[in-house]
Amino acid sequence: MEKIVLPEIENFHQIDVYVEQGGYKAAKKAFEQSSDDIIDQVKKSGLRGRGGAAFSAGLKWSFMPKTTDKPKYLCVNGDESEPGSFKDRQIFEDNPHQLIEGTLITCYAIGAKVAYVYIRGEYHKWIKLMQKAINDAYEKGFVGEGMKETFGTNFYCDIYIHKGAGAYICGEESSLMNSLEGKRGYPRIKPPFPAQNGLWGNPTTINNIETITNIPKIIENGWEWFAAIGEPKHPGTILFGVSGHVNKPGIYELPSGTLLTDIIYNYAGGVPGNKKILCVIPGGSSMPPLRGDQIEGVKMDAESLKEVGSAIGTAGIMVMDEDTDLVKVLARITQFYHHESCGLCTPCREGTGWMEKVLNRILNDEGSYGDLDLLISIANNIEGNTICALGEAAAWPVRYMITRFRDYFEERVKKEVMITVKNKVHSMRQTAFPLDDITD
Amino acid sequence: MEFKFTQENLERIKQEFKKYPEKQPVVMKALYIGQEQNGYISNEVIKEVANLLEMPSEEVLGVVTFYTMYHQKPMGKYHIQICTNVSCMLRGGYEIWDNVKEKLGIENMEVTEDSIFSLEEVECMGSCGTAPMIAVNEDYYENLSKEKVEEILESLKQTN
Ligand SMILES: Cc1cc2nc3c(=O)[nH]c(=O)nc-3n(C[C@H](O)[C@H](O)[C@H](O)COP(=O)(O)O)c2cc1C
Ligand code: SF4
Ligand code: FES
Repeated sequence: MEKIVLPEIENFHQIDVYVEQGGYKAAKKAFEQSSDDIIDQVKKSGLRGRGGAAFSAGLKWSFMPKTTDKPKYLCVNGDESEPGSFKDRQIFEDNPHQLIEGTLITCYAIGAKVAYVYIRGEYHKWIKLMQKAINDAYEKGFVGEGMKETFGTNFYCDIYIHKGAGAYICGEESSLMNSLEGKRGYPRIKPPFPAQNGLWGNPTTINNIETITNIPKIIENGWEWFAAIGEPKHPGTILFGVSGHVNKPGIYELPSGTLLTDIIYNYAGGVPGNKKILCVIPGGSSMPPLRGDQIEGVKMDAESLKEVGSAIGTAGIMVMDEDTDLVKVLARITQFYHHESCGLCTPCREGTGWMEKVLNRILNDEGSYGDLDLLISIANNIEGNTICALGEAAAWPVRYMITRFRDYFEERVKKEVMITVKNKVHSMRQTAFPLDDITD
Repeated sequence: MEFKFTQENLERIKQEFKKYPEKQPVVMKALYIGQEQNGYISNEVIKEVANLLEMPSEEVLGVVTFYTMYHQKPMGKYHIQICTNVSCMLRGGYEIWDNVKEKLGIENMEVTEDSIFSLEEVECMGSCGTAPMIAVNEDYYENLSKEKVEEILESLKQTN
């Protein structure tokens, strides 16, 4: 199977090798067509966002106003902080020029003269690698004013890296823009949407790193070619990041719709010690977990996962074997969302803290049956009542983990059953004797 | 203590102005540079950044406190960051965390008496496929075990 995003070509990250292999030709091809044509091709290709929501890339671009005096912007989202996700960093490292070329084509399609690549602050090394690639591309006239001469067009654009400083929420598109503007990274209330009112109030498109890296190949090989790869409703390859209890964790680029079991057992080498799988989170920590006995036959694409009650998210697959302490996993996930909640909305700010507290109580064998319903009720009260989707990201794991592993969680709160039995004896005594007789 | 950017750092900040239509977006980079020069972000660093970018100091402070990578007190020469999020946890992240805490005798966000080490429990660093991991200042160390981390700490101690 041909790799689109991470081709196995030695030193492909170097500009000379990239150009030698036909790099930056797709940009030239794109600039010879109208921007509407490009948007149309990307729409028809069926490319869906790889940053979590799987929204049609071409459709998103078409929301950008055509006639406006305002400057337009592109933000390429490399905040990559969702636990279980580590794919964008591989692109920075192995294929930065295809990302740059995709950025050029996207800028052309939406009419942006400036693109910001937002990269999480912890990725010092990958920021340096990316900056080096951008510098090389400037030097060779593939980015910036030099493009006019290189490509023989009037169009040119600049690409800048904006370094984050440690905040998961800045991956959310409106927070990302606030962060870029030099403010606290609070999400914005939508509408207005970024295409109308984005960076500094101007029309802005935000796409994930992997999404943009697909673009040159779509232009080069045609939308029909792309649309025919993998599942028709979510075509192309996906960078699956497998982590946790597998023999060969890592990134596997495979057609969408590849069987989850195939990824785990064939590509990632199965579970150490041939243990059984207790739980799999298929798309990064905020996506609904699946039971080990649910994964047979599950295909890895947005629609198929929706059918089994989960979602593709960032395609970060976390595998947990039969000896995993799921209460601990859920408590840790919830601790993360509590820590990362920006605090704007009460349900998210308070709810994530309560859930963490209750889960820690269960972890310390002090939980009760009631706690399980309490957790679900808190999660339900967060969902749909917040400004940004971090609310759902925090609520989903709790709600689905507990409903799907009810037996497991009930086992862990059983201690309380013993306490109630004790109380029952006590209450029998109360009915057998007049209240006054009880002195203690 | 008064804080002024060195000429060289001022130049680096000026380079950043070219990227944006306004000055304020440079605040994140300026704070990084301030932290690098001063060791941590003091109130004086905040004032100087505010002056330079024509922002109210309160707003600069707001940015500093929003992000985890800005430190308002001195950290150790080697700032040890240990990921305990799920993918690392499944492969021994907490054993490493507990062990390092014990070895260094400090808790989260504390600094050793000799100021050589500081410790931070961090969220997912994007190394889940090479878990467990730690970062020392800006460098990632991956595919670790308790023993390997001990070796890393030991070699850092030696080079100091
Ligand atoms: C809390 C939160 C964190 C997010 N983090 C990221 C991220 O790190 N990278 C990313 O590409 N998208 C992230 N997203 C999704 C973005 O808001 C946005 O949908 C995405 O960047 C759009 O790109 P795409 O359409 O190409 O997927 C996050 C969303 C939320 C709610
Ligand atoms: S849902 Fe949470 S993270 Fe999102 S805006 Fe509200 S408080 Fe902030
Ligand atoms: S969970 Fe530790 S790096 Fe992702």
